[in-house]
Amino acid sequence: MALFQIAEPGRSPEPHRRRVAVGIDLGTTNSLVAAVRSGAAAVLPDERGRPLLPSVARYLPGGRVEVGHAALARQAEDPRNTIASVKRCMGRGLKDVAHAENAPYDFVDAPGMVQIRTAAGVKSPVEVSADILKVLKTRAELSLGGDLAGAVITVPAYFDDAQRQATKDAATLAGLNVLRLLNEPTAAAIAYGLENASEGVYAVFDLGGGTFDISILRLAKGVFEVVATSGDSALGGDDWDQRVFCWIVEQAKLAPLAPRDMRLLLVKSREAKEYLTAHDEARVTAKLSSGELIDLTLDSETFCRITQHLVQKTLAPVRKALRDARLGVDDVGGVVMVGGATRMPQIQRAAAELFRREPLNNLDPEKVVALGAAMQADVLAGNKPQGEDWLLLDVIPLSLGIETMGGLAERIVPRNTTIPCARAQEFTTFKDGQTGVSIHVVQGERELVSDCRSLARFDLKGIPPMTAGAARVLVTFQVDADGLLSVSAREKSTGAEAAVAVKPSYGLADADIERMLRDSYEHAREDMHARVLHEHRVDAQRLLDAVRTALTEDGGLLSRQEIASIVERADQLQKIVDSNDPRPIKQATEALNKATEEFAARRMDAGVRRALAGKSIAKLDA
Amino acid sequence: MRLRRELQRLNFPKNHFELFGLSPAFALDRDRLEAAYRGIQARIHPDRFAQASDAERRASMQWTAQVNEAYRILRTPVRRARYLLELNGVDAGLETDTAMPQEFLVRQMELRERLEEAKDASALDLLRERLSSERQSIERRIAQRIDLEKDYPAARPLVRELMFFERLGDEVDAAYEAHEA
Repeated sequence: MALFQIAEPGRSPEPHRRRVAVGIDLGTTNSLVAAVRSGAAAVLPDERGRPLLPSVARYLPGGRVEVGHAALARQAEDPRNTIASVKRCMGRGLKDVAHAENAPYDFVDAPGMVQIRTAAGVKSPVEVSADILKVLKTRAELSLGGDLAGAVITVPAYFDDAQRQATKDAATLAGLNVLRLLNEPTAAAIAYGLENASEGVYAVFDLGGGTFDISILRLAKGVFEVVATSGDSALGGDDWDQRVFCWIVEQAKLAPLAPRDMRLLLVKSREAKEYLTAHDEARVTAKLSSGELIDLTLDSETFCRITQHLVQKTLAPVRKALRDARLGVDDVGGVVMVGGATRMPQIQRAAAELFRREPLNNLDPEKVVALGAAMQADVLAGNKPQGEDWLLLDVIPLSLGIETMGGLAERIVPRNTTIPCARAQEFTTFKDGQTGVSIHVVQGERELVSDCRSLARFDLKGIPPMTAGAARVLVTFQVDADGLLSVSAREKSTGAEAAVAVKPSYGLADADIERMLRDSYEHAREDMHARVLHEHRVDAQRLLDAVRTALTEDGGLLSRQEIASIVERADQLQKIVDSNDPRPIKQATEALNKATEEFAARRMDAGVRRALAGKSIAKLDA
Repeated sequence: MRLRRELQRLNFPKNHFELFGLSPAFALDRDRLEAAYRGIQARIHPDRFAQASDAERRASMQWTAQVNEAYRILRTPVRRARYLLELNGVDAGLETDTAMPQEFLVRQMELRERLEEAKDASALDLLRERLSSERQSIERRIAQRIDLEKDYPAARPLVRELMFFERLGDEVDAAYEAHEA
C-alpha cells in the first residue's frame, strides 16, 4: 500500500498552510527581523515594542552574552567586551578593519578572520553575529508562534565572497535555514517597488553604519533586475562618528585615551551627528575617567566641512554604477534613500545634486531593507504572493578571476554579471612535466593579484606529465543566487579533477563551524543528537512535499515506470521519517533526491518550452 | 562544492537563439528577447525552487546560469555577431591571431593617443561618442553581410574590428576612474 500520496492535477494535496519565513536585516548599527502576516510585511518588535535591535553584544566572564539595548547601555562601562559594528570585521583581516586603532577592542590578528578577545574568550565576528541573529530568531519564533521555515538575510551588495560566506556561516551557527542572501539595495527596491507599483529605473542609495551601496535597478512587468551595483564596503555612518571623535580630540587637545573614554567620546560623537540632522549646533559634554571635563559646541557648518571628504567618497561609486549600467542621471526615475545615515541633510543634498531630483524618503530608511527581505522570504518559503508574481535578478558586484603568470589577475566573471552564472576558461601548464596546477581565486577589478582580495587557493593534481602548454585545464566558476562562488578544475584530456573543497581565505573552515556549534550546544545544554535528528526530519519532509508537488504538476513528463520508481523511494522515506535514527533518514533522503535528477532536468526543459509557448511567436526556423 | 556536468545531456536547446524562440540573425528585436528572457526566468529561476528537492535546485541553477549566459551573448552586438560566426563555422579568433589591416591599426592608435591625452571626463565623453558612432557604422555593415548576404567569412574582419572597439571602450571606461581618483 502506497503511503506517499499524489493528488489529482489541479487539486491541492493537502490543506494549504502558509509557511512562515522571516527577513533579517543584519545591520552594522541595528538589526531587525520582519515577516509577512495577513498579506503585509511588518517588522517584529521586542517585548517592549522596540523594532530595532542594536547590533551590540556584550560578553561576560563565564560565557554569558547580552545582546541589544542592554549591551548598548553598558558599552561605555565595559568597552573591551561590548562589541559594536562587528559587521565591519566580517570576512576581514585586521589590516582591512578601518580605524582599528581607535576601537576599544582587543583585536587578535588571526590568519583567517580578525578575532576579538573578550571576557568570555576569543570571539570570531561570525560568532558575535550569530549571537545577534539568535536573539532575532527567538523573537520571531515567539511572535509568530512556531518554527521558522527559513530566513532571508540581507548583506551589502558590495560585500565580497568572504564577507558573504561569513554571514551565511553566522546564520548557520544561529540555527537559521538561510533561504537566500539578499543584497540590501535590492531588498529596499522590493519593498519600495511593491509598495508603489511603479515601473522604471531606480537608483538605491544605501548608506548604513558601515557600508555604502549604490544599485541601479530596472523594474518592469514584475521583474526587479539589478543593472549595475557599486559601493564601498568600508564607508558608513561610523566614519562620520570617527571624524567627529577626531575633531573632539583635536579641539580639546586630548592625550591618548583609555578604552572607556574612547567609547564614551564615540557615543557622544554619534549623538552630536544625529542631533545636527535637525539642529544647527550640538553641544558635546563629557567627563573623562581622568576627571577632565569636555565642553565643546559643534555647528553644522563645521560638521559639514570636516566630513565633506566622506560625502565625496559616495560620488565615484555612483558614477561608476551609472557608467556600468550605460545610463545617465536623467534616465533614473527615482532615487530611494536607505539606511539611517541618509537622514543627514548633507547626504540628502548630495544625492539631490547628483541625480538632479529630490530623493525619495517615503519608506522608513531603517526598516525598508528588513521589509523587502520579509517579502522575499515569504515567496521563497513557497507561499503564493499576494498580488502578481515577481522575480529578482541580481548581479555580482565585483569581478572574479584567477592568478596567472606574473601575478596578474585574469578575469573570468566580470562585475555586474547576472547571477546565477557559470563561466569556464581553459588554462595550461608552463613547465614540461608539470603534474599539478595551483589555482588562486581572487576578487576585484585591479590588474595585479596583490591588489585584489584573495578568496581561496586549491591544487589540481594528477595531470599526466606533458610538454609545457599541452595540458588543458578547464576552470569553472559557478556563482549561485546568494552570490557565493564554487570553483572546480578539470584537466580535459585525462579527466583529472580537483579534489579539494574551496573555502575563502578569510572564512572559517567547516571544522571551525562544527567546533563552534558544539561549544554553543554545551553552553545551552542542548542535545546535539536531537538537533541533527530534527534537521534531517525537516529536510526529509521538505523533500517529500517537493516531490509531491513536482509529480502533481509535471507527472506527465514521466513514464509509469519512472513514476513508480520515484514513488517507491518516497514511500521508503515516508516510512522512516518519524524514526529516531538520523542516518537512515539521511540516506533515504539522498536516494530520493538521486532518483529525481532526470525528472528535474525535464521540468526545466518543460518550463522553458512553456515560457516560449506562452508568447505568440512567428514560426521558428527548422 | 559540486562539479558541473556537461549540459548537452540535459536536452538543452541547441543554440541561444532557439532558446529564446528567435531566428538566428544579427538584427534583433530587443523587446522580444527581453520578454522571452523574463518569461523563462519566471519559470526556472532558483527563487521558484527554494523549497524544491536538491536535484531541482541544482538543475534550476545550471539552467538559469545557461539562460543568463545566452541572454548576455545575444543582447550585445559584438558578442551576438561573434556567436553567429561561430554557429556558421567561422572563428573570429582574436585570441590567437591579432593581425589587422594596417589602416585599421593606425586608426586605433590615433584613438588610443586621444585616450592618453584626455584630461578630464568631458574629453572622455567625446571619445566615447566617437567610439559609439564608429561601432554603429561597423554594425550596419555586419548586418548587411550576415543578414542579407549570409556571407560569414566576409563578416569576420568586421566582427574583429568590433571586438577591438569593445576593448578600447573598456579602456575608456577604466580611464574615467583614474580621473576621479
